[in-house]
Amino acid sequence: MLEIKNLHANVDGREILHGIDLTIRGGEVHALMGPNGSGKSTLSQVLAGRETYEVTEGSVTYLGQDLLAMTPEERAHQGVFLAFQYPVEIPGVNNTYFLKAALNANRKARGEDPLDAMDFLKLVREKVKLVELDEDLINRPVNEGFSGGEKKRNEIFQMAVLEPRFAVLDETDSGLDIDALRIVANGVNALRGPDRAMLVITHYQRLLNYIVPDFVHVLSEGRIVASGGKELALKLEQEGYGWLEAGARP
Amino acid sequence: MSTSTDNIKELVDKAYAYGFVTEIDADTFPKGLNEEIVRMISSKKGEPAWLLEWRLKAYRHWLTMEEPHWQNVHYPAIDYQAIRYYSAPKVKVNPENLDEVDPELRRTYEKLGISLQEQERLSGIAVDAVFDSVSVATTFKVKLGELGIIFCSFSEAVKEHPELVRKYLGSVVPYTDNYFATLNSAVFSDGSFVYVPKGVRCPMELSTYFRINASETGQFERTLIVAEEGSYVSYLEGCTAPMRDENQLHAAVVELVALDRAQIKYSTVQNWYPGDKDGKGGIYNFVTKRGKCAGVASKISWTQVETGSAITWKYPSCILLGDDSVGEFYSVAVTNNYQQADTGTKMIHIGKNTRSTIVSKGISAGHGQNTYRGLVKILKSAKNARNYSQCDSLLIGDQCGAHTFPYIEVKNPTAQMEHEATTSKIGDDQLFYCNQRGIPTEDAVSMIVNGFAREVLRELPMEFAVEAQKLLGVSLEGSVG
Repeated sequence: MLEIKNLHANVDGREILHGIDLTIRGGEVHALMGPNGSGKSTLSQVLAGRETYEVTEGSVTYLGQDLLAMTPEERAHQGVFLAFQYPVEIPGVNNTYFLKAALNANRKARGEDPLDAMDFLKLVREKVKLVELDEDLINRPVNEGFSGGEKKRNEIFQMAVLEPRFAVLDETDSGLDIDALRIVANGVNALRGPDRAMLVITHYQRLLNYIVPDFVHVLSEGRIVASGGKELALKLEQEGYGWLEAGARP
Repeated sequence: MSTSTDNIKELVDKAYAYGFVTEIDADTFPKGLNEEIVRMISSKKGEPAWLLEWRLKAYRHWLTMEEPHWQNVHYPAIDYQAIRYYSAPKVKVNPENLDEVDPELRRTYEKLGISLQEQERLSGIAVDAVFDSVSVATTFKVKLGELGIIFCSFSEAVKEHPELVRKYLGSVVPYTDNYFATLNSAVFSDGSFVYVPKGVRCPMELSTYFRINASETGQFERTLIVAEEGSYVSYLEGCTAPMRDENQLHAAVVELVALDRAQIKYSTVQNWYPGDKDGKGGIYNFVTKRGKCAGVASKISWTQVETGSAITWKYPSCILLGDDSVGEFYSVAVTNNYQQADTGTKMIHIGKNTRSTIVSKGISAGHGQNTYRGLVKILKSAKNARNYSQCDSLLIGDQCGAHTFPYIEVKNPTAQMEHEATTSKIGDDQLFYCNQRGIPTEDAVSMIVNGFAREVLRELPMEFAVEAQKLLGVSLEGSVG
């Protein structure tokens, strides 16, 4: 589904990603771990198409297409979703209105008819249960006045409604208490399926107890320095990143 | 920020859709202003002597006045002798019904999306259309007449209801009021007149559509609305003009009078030609709008969506004379490219328990400069007066400006005043968030702006709220990307 080859990316002229190689197939959940500043969030922003990140080398192929040539909204239309580490507030814009505009923009781009208000409401009612969000909350302005946990749950709620094919969850677990973590993980697990792939970025192994990944990768100083199964995450939890750092610098 | 600034620029540079000129024979006066011109206007309209006298008093007073320059807008000096003060399409001036309206005029209004016939048939909105200096058609006259409601052009009101016009003309905005109102009093050519009798609730929205067509012409219309005891009326005005390199002056006066327990809701969607992206041309919109809550528990509510004009300079105000009367002002003003706006309101509390609400939303993009200027004055007599003011500014890009000048004068210690103000910016992160969800940038800007203006837009009558939302989107197209 997604093939990243030798990806290099700069921010403000400084190279953050020094050649990432990663292949993700349909149905797989990959976890990406690594210390602060290793480039995890940069990778997620590059995949979503943020303009402040400049790709200097390498390629990303998504469903056979050149992902890097697409605008952020085209990527979204093709089913790429990013659950933001810091979800953005949009004052005065109703959460469901926003989501309906997003869903119908995606449907339009795919040549489908827009959902009418009734069908959309039905979809919302169904999906909101997944993340146990208050119906009251989903009618408030986008993320405005939401707690940290509510914002993260709102991201997963949006993901559930938009039904992406490839989702990046950027530290969705950070700032969540154990109950919220369980709710978010349940939401994510409900969305796992053979046609959907996910890249779960996290600092903590804890999340991976709930969202069990097929593969774990460790990012350090802009490179993937180790890859393995879910047991790699446990090893990291016990031993920290120190044992990998040496390997990261040849 | 640089990328989004470019994008913003692109969005803002979208062309004005109403800039066409209607080819029509017009009866136009020579340029310039003197007593003779004032007399010519009056005689053209077949006015009674008292009205000519009133005009002349205004003109003579105007000669003693100086153009004010305290406002936070900048423009080259206006040459008042280079303006034509009267231009009228050569057609039957007071058509009895729509079939008598010149088809060329009808086509113009249809192009503007104001099909008079359609409006009459479908929407139940009564429309008066003012083309340059004269009113060309008033729909629904018969139906309104059955309720005793008068809705006609100002000229017609002078002829048919001189006692009402004489009683209320200048009663809220005297001819000595200010430079532009005084000029208007001398040379006003037409406008709309509304009278709602005691206890009558006007069953439809009344609407006037203003259009400037002729070049080098000023538009000076006058609107007078009188709501008798216990009556209700909702009135809307819309405005457009052709694209011209020159600046054109629009100096209107609107007077509202609400008697005991009467309510007047006055909504404006102003989309005069704003000038091109380099700031050339456009309308100077220097308008005096004032309502008098003369009766107890009366209410006047102003809602304005100001997206057009090179310069907008106006303060729709309420004089809260009657005890328990209520004044409201809801405003969205957009300045893009080189547009300037200095707008706000005055709430003058005189009666006891008077209340006022001010919600102002300024949106600046491009090189636009947006100023909120408001005065809340609580006089000694205004026991237990209350005011709530909220002034929010939204900036798009980094070349524009927002300014807020709230003036508060309180002479009675029982007054309660609240004032809130915020300034925010459409951020890259907001746009990226929308994009990532699949929403294209233009739609995202429109969505964010409409979210920002929501509290004001919801005050507009339904059909105009939709139009205003679209207009906000269009005005800012090219401002982000």
